Amino acid sequence: MSARENILARIGKARGPAAAVDVDLAIRRHQRGPIPPLENDLVKRFSEQATRLASDVAQTAMMADVPNIVAGYLRKRQLPMNAVCWPAMAPLGWQDAGIGIEARAARGDDLVGITGAFLGIAETGTLMLLSGVQTPATVSLLPETHIAVVEAGRIVATMEQAWDRLRVEWGALPRAVNFISGPSRTADIEQTVTLGAHGPYRVLIIIVG
Amino acid sequence: MQVTAMHFKRKAGENLRNEKLQKALEKLQTKFVDGRAAAIAELPNFEEVRDAATDIRDKVIRNLDRYLLRFEQEATARGAVVHWAETGDEVNRIVAEIAHQHGLHKVVKSKSMVSEECGLNDALESQGLDVLETDLGEYILQLAHEPPSHIVAPVVHKSKEEIADLFEEKHQRTRTTEIAELCREAREVLRPGFLAADLGISGANFIIAETGSVLIVTNEGNGRLATTLPRVHVAITGIEKVVPTLEDVTTLLRLLPRSATGQSITNYVSILTGTKEKGESDGPEHFHIILLDNGRSKLLGTELQPMLRCIRCGACMNHCPVYQNIGGHAYGWVYPGPMGSVLTPSFVGLENALDLPNASTFCGECAVVCPVKIPLPDLLRHLRTRQVEQQLRPWPERAALRLWSWMAQRPAVYALGTRLAARLLRVLSGSAKRFHYLPGVTGWTSGRDMPAPTGRTFRDLYQSRRSS
Repeated sequence: MSARENILARIGKARGPAAAVDVDLAIRRHQRGPIPPLENDLVKRFSEQATRLASDVAQTAMMADVPNIVAGYLRKRQLPMNAVCWPAMAPLGWQDAGIGIEARAARGDDLVGITGAFLGIAETGTLMLLSGVQTPATVSLLPETHIAVVEAGRIVATMEQAWDRLRVEWGALPRAVNFISGPSRTADIEQTVTLGAHGPYRVLIIIVG
Repeated sequence: MQVTAMHFKRKAGENLRNEKLQKALEKLQTKFVDGRAAAIAELPNFEEVRDAATDIRDKVIRNLDRYLLRFEQEATARGAVVHWAETGDEVNRIVAEIAHQHGLHKVVKSKSMVSEECGLNDALESQGLDVLETDLGEYILQLAHEPPSHIVAPVVHKSKEEIADLFEEKHQRTRTTEIAELCREAREVLRPGFLAADLGISGANFIIAETGSVLIVTNEGNGRLATTLPRVHVAITGIEKVVPTLEDVTTLLRLLPRSATGQSITNYVSILTGTKEKGESDGPEHFHIILLDNGRSKLLGTELQPMLRCIRCGACMNHCPVYQNIGGHAYGWVYPGPMGSVLTPSFVGLENALDLPNASTFCGECAVVCPVKIPLPDLLRHLRTRQVEQQLRPWPERAALRLWSWMAQRPAVYALGTRLAARLLRVLSGSAKRFHYLPGVTGWTSGRDMPAPTGRTFRDLYQSRRSS
């Protein structure tokens, strides 16, 4: 007998034949657990929680302002004015704002990565990014600075709401769903939190709308 | 991993005398214990979420085979290959075969306690593969050739000075004890390793039956790198880690980081499903998922079944007065603290870990903080009972208990015996009325005196009060 058969046989024997439930039915219901109470202003909650988790947050009314906000952020921190961005983000006026941009997946030596976000989640101030041809996962990961643009109308209250939106808009899950809540960090040495472990040292979230 | 749980008492004693370790353990308490308390206080419906999480885990465990089959079906439909392994050795063999089949040589690993169960690194290195641990804590341990001492903070036992010495020796760079500098140094040393790797190995915090996905929580980002850059990803996990739906895993995620490190959410939560799509520039071409039993299915239908709810947050060890004082290495296998004292005897044999179920004061704090309400003291008590039933306790203890049991069933003998013993002890104690030394229990008397009985026995007092 194979390991698979042995393991399944042992589990089945311990359970007994009567107890089995229809797991497909249980899954289809997508029953939600208890949701923590949240205030109504989702953008405010999102910004506050993101700031608490050490992200920088900016807000603007127009998508067209984004390149200038990025340029100002990079200049102020004396960061390089060259960035890699999602192909989906390429059409914004980066050159006019003085930013050299390449639309592609990130490489190990890229220093600034610019992405959009599928949704923002107000409960924890979290960005939700989906991988894809136009939205490579490395752009939010390899560079030392990650800048993410999220539309105010796409900030939902909870992860449960995000699953509903994903099922409606995408159907199936993409290869990678990445929830990002601030710069990468480690507390492995003496339990002291240090920002910038293997991923970005800083995250700027620009809320548009 | 080699089991050394039989040396618990000696190791615990050494660790109690190790000043460096004692200093390191103090930090764990303030950061993790206080951090958890604050994070729980911020979740107004914590108890409700905790009840729901417990129900989710119980529901899965009662129908584990059904959920695993559904997981396998969904994962396979998305192009992943699902393997089943009964033992750690089987996992090692499967990973080695995958490496051979795809011609892989350079491995990057993110933290996986299940791979520690298997002793995977040594097995792969013996096959000629380069293995690089990339979680900062695990990387430090790999350099130091040490096992982890905590399931969440594996290097909690080391000070920054010790890490600075290690880095100076291994990296040949200028020594620094600045924690931020040490982290940057590790990042710079490990980044080329990520970029060159062709095999990424990770664990899984959960696997999701609905979607056939593997979920990984990390703070450092190494878990994302190891599962995104190499062309093959192997995820290794225990069969009990399955949850039904994305909604269910969301409920569990409200508890895991809060209980572990006091975070409302970890920096990264990655849900990985299938292989890279056509035209996608990053992501693995091949995705293998190995489901390990290694003693888990044997717990089903026994008193220990609730242990399978465990989500590996580490709260029980952080709050355990025994763990807080002796650290994780004394427990002698992968999992320390109260959860380890249940898992180690279950996985490696009760006879190989006799002291672990007894390494508890039964203060109950582990059950109080457990996010999925595992009754850890009850499980430990059950293991103690089993030790006695299976005659695994040392013979003097067994003989003493048998003698006591014989006496206790004979009231006249018991009354006479205790009366004689009380008198004898009073006489022997002399004018000090205390014992500095008692043969056979020197461990007990080395730190305190035993007061000698000075009056009459309880039975005598009871009798005389009733008759007066």
